[in-house]
Amino acid sequence: MATTADGFQAHTEDHAHDHADHKPGFFARWFMSTNHKDIGTLYLIFAIIAGIIGGAISGLMRWELAAPGLQVMGQVVSALGGDGTSFDQQGHMWNVLITAHGLIMVFFMVMPAMIGGFGNWFVPLMIGAPDMAFPRMNNVSFWLTVAGFFSLLFSLFVPGGVGNGAGIGWTAYAPLSTTASPGPAVDFAIFSLHLAGAGSILGATNFITTIFNMRAPGMTLHKMPLFVWSVLVTAFLLLLALPVLAAAITMLLTDRNFGTTFFTAAGGGDPVLYQHLFWFFGHPEVYIMILPGFGMVSQIVATFSRKPVFGYLGMAYAMVAIGVVGFIVWAHHMYTVGLSVNTKMYFTAATMVIAVPTGIKIFSWIATMWGGSIEFKSPMVWAMGFIFLFTVGGVTGVVLANGGIDDNLHDTYYVVAHFHYVLSMGAVFSIFAGFYYWFPKMSGRWHSEFLSHLHFWTFFVGVNVIFFPMHFLGLQGMARRYPDFTAAYSYWNEIASYGYLIMAGSMIIFFVNIGYALLAGRRAEDNYWGEGATTLEWSLSSPPPFHQFETLPVIEDHHSADDHISAKPATA
Amino acid sequence: MTTATLEDRNRRTMLFAFGAALAMLGLGYAAVPLYDLFCRVTGFGGTTQVASEAEADAAASRATGATYSIRFDANTARDMPWTFEPLQVTDTIAVGERDMAFYMARNDTNEPITGTATFNVEPKSAGRYFAKVQCFCFVEQTLQPGEEIRMPVLYYVDPAALDDPLMQDVEQITLSYTFHRGLAQDADEAAANNEELR
Repeated sequence: MATTADGFQAHTEDHAHDHADHKPGFFARWFMSTNHKDIGTLYLIFAIIAGIIGGAISGLMRWELAAPGLQVMGQVVSALGGDGTSFDQQGHMWNVLITAHGLIMVFFMVMPAMIGGFGNWFVPLMIGAPDMAFPRMNNVSFWLTVAGFFSLLFSLFVPGGVGNGAGIGWTAYAPLSTTASPGPAVDFAIFSLHLAGAGSILGATNFITTIFNMRAPGMTLHKMPLFVWSVLVTAFLLLLALPVLAAAITMLLTDRNFGTTFFTAAGGGDPVLYQHLFWFFGHPEVYIMILPGFGMVSQIVATFSRKPVFGYLGMAYAMVAIGVVGFIVWAHHMYTVGLSVNTKMYFTAATMVIAVPTGIKIFSWIATMWGGSIEFKSPMVWAMGFIFLFTVGGVTGVVLANGGIDDNLHDTYYVVAHFHYVLSMGAVFSIFAGFYYWFPKMSGRWHSEFLSHLHFWTFFVGVNVIFFPMHFLGLQGMARRYPDFTAAYSYWNEIASYGYLIMAGSMIIFFVNIGYALLAGRRAEDNYWGEGATTLEWSLSSPPPFHQFETLPVIEDHHSADDHISAKPATA
Repeated sequence: MTTATLEDRNRRTMLFAFGAALAMLGLGYAAVPLYDLFCRVTGFGGTTQVASEAEADAAASRATGATYSIRFDANTARDMPWTFEPLQVTDTIAVGERDMAFYMARNDTNEPITGTATFNVEPKSAGRYFAKVQCFCFVEQTLQPGEEIRMPVLYYVDPAALDDPLMQDVEQITLSYTFHRGLAQDADEAAANNEELR
């Protein structure tokens, strides 16, 4: 950032210099916020709260699954104010919990953290923009997401069939979600997806506009940081996938309430069409949850290897390729609905193709580290944990991609193990990596590196103890979505539940660490990671001023995609 | 570049993005008729075909003497209080030749009930070759209390099935029906349909 854009000088010189740090009052600042950093902070706090609730629900599930038989669900029904704890009501409560866990973690934890939180905070900073293109719309996005979350929580306390709550799975397949679930709970759950989806579409529009139109002078698309690339691709996936979900769940609503028969066989509809529509959204959705993680890991690996990321263009276009191909593989989620052999062959082959760009990314991260001057700071160990565990999940994904094998493994714990390795390890490890990478930048205070490493190791052990045994259980035929199991599956289930305790303990370390940083953390410098950190957010103070880049930074010819900061070397 | 043009560009990009989102929303709804059309044309998911008399005659002229065993299956939806069963378990038919099969339905309640039948064949790859010339499933049926009717289905298997690699190991095709309570309970229209059938 050696010089600034001339055209903007005159504009800023009129104002007092401390204008950049003038903040509105508390209510206006946090409830009517139009500042991308404040909204990013709100998203991160929201994601942490939702993550605690979603994680607590998974604790109830692991408690129930610690031993065969039904021991916990009855108490949960009573605790939530349900009347009666019959076998059916306990089973329904299980369905309610898996539904809530899935929806919360997908829509209200991972997406708000990655896109709303880190995306809002760092996309404008990294491209040298003063704010998002539509700050007020940004605020609307956030509060729509919050409203959606409350709609989902509210659904837990209204009738949804056998008891309170929506027990339809995060996929909300018809006819379970239509004729089999009377009561308003399912309507509220569907409405929550409408709200969160609308918020995400507005957010995606905002990101696309910001990234296309508001990059600093000289920052071409091919000089953008990879995190910005990842958010750009993610925004396009959101924009093209979420409306299809909106259409599908709106049809569910009218089937439920207004007598249409889109998915009701009695009226000429087809429940399988719902599955096609859902997974046309659902598969891009899983890339929406992981691509920003890819972007963060690329920044972090390059920073702590003190090397430019290996194969920058390949990394950027691998994400584009994953996004494009992600739209034409959806039926690998529904191999068992009765697809012809040829259809299965196509979807198997197309799914396998995604392993190629994904492999390019894994290879390039390793190649970035190769020969680098690696520092094992906390973001780096989380990023390396991400690379390892995401690859494990990717390998089981290649197994499941096979239509023939999936006939055997469909809806078993093998699938549960697979998607938790790519999400609750892949996505969540990248979120923690990004969190420790940027926390001092966002707060201006240092977390404890010791606690961050301790958090990493306990979390790493915990989640692996939870989820690795699920591969064995799935291969032995244990079906997912049931609160009970035959005693033959007891051994690994008990161990998985112990793993949950380890993981929960690691989260205590996380919160202690945040508390320590906010109360007693030492102040962070502007560029506290040193020479490996080369994107524009490191040219600002920690925390950055309330308004930044009123004088736009300029990316000059000697700057590459990997370095937006350094001054032009002297030409001797 | 002035600030005003940035706002214009932002607004243009936003409208483009909203347009794309709206188009995808429309596509989601368009999927309903398109999926229906796709299934009817390709026989996807075991969707059977509808044939005219002329098409049936043309198929018969291409008969080779090969045979398939046809198995008949009948189900009722959970809330459908009818007895519904095929009057023959299997038939062996010559490929291309028309065959008439019968199902029986009886209303076991004290009130008139209108029903409509959904249908498909197994294996799914047989859907595009299994053609119905006449079927009780084309229209809704109304049965008076205790009434019992015999319902015909006139069908043939297209000889083109013999050339399809996916049909090479198929010896038997199961034709399956499920009776649901008719949602559009237009009793008069359904009764008229019944008269036509008898």
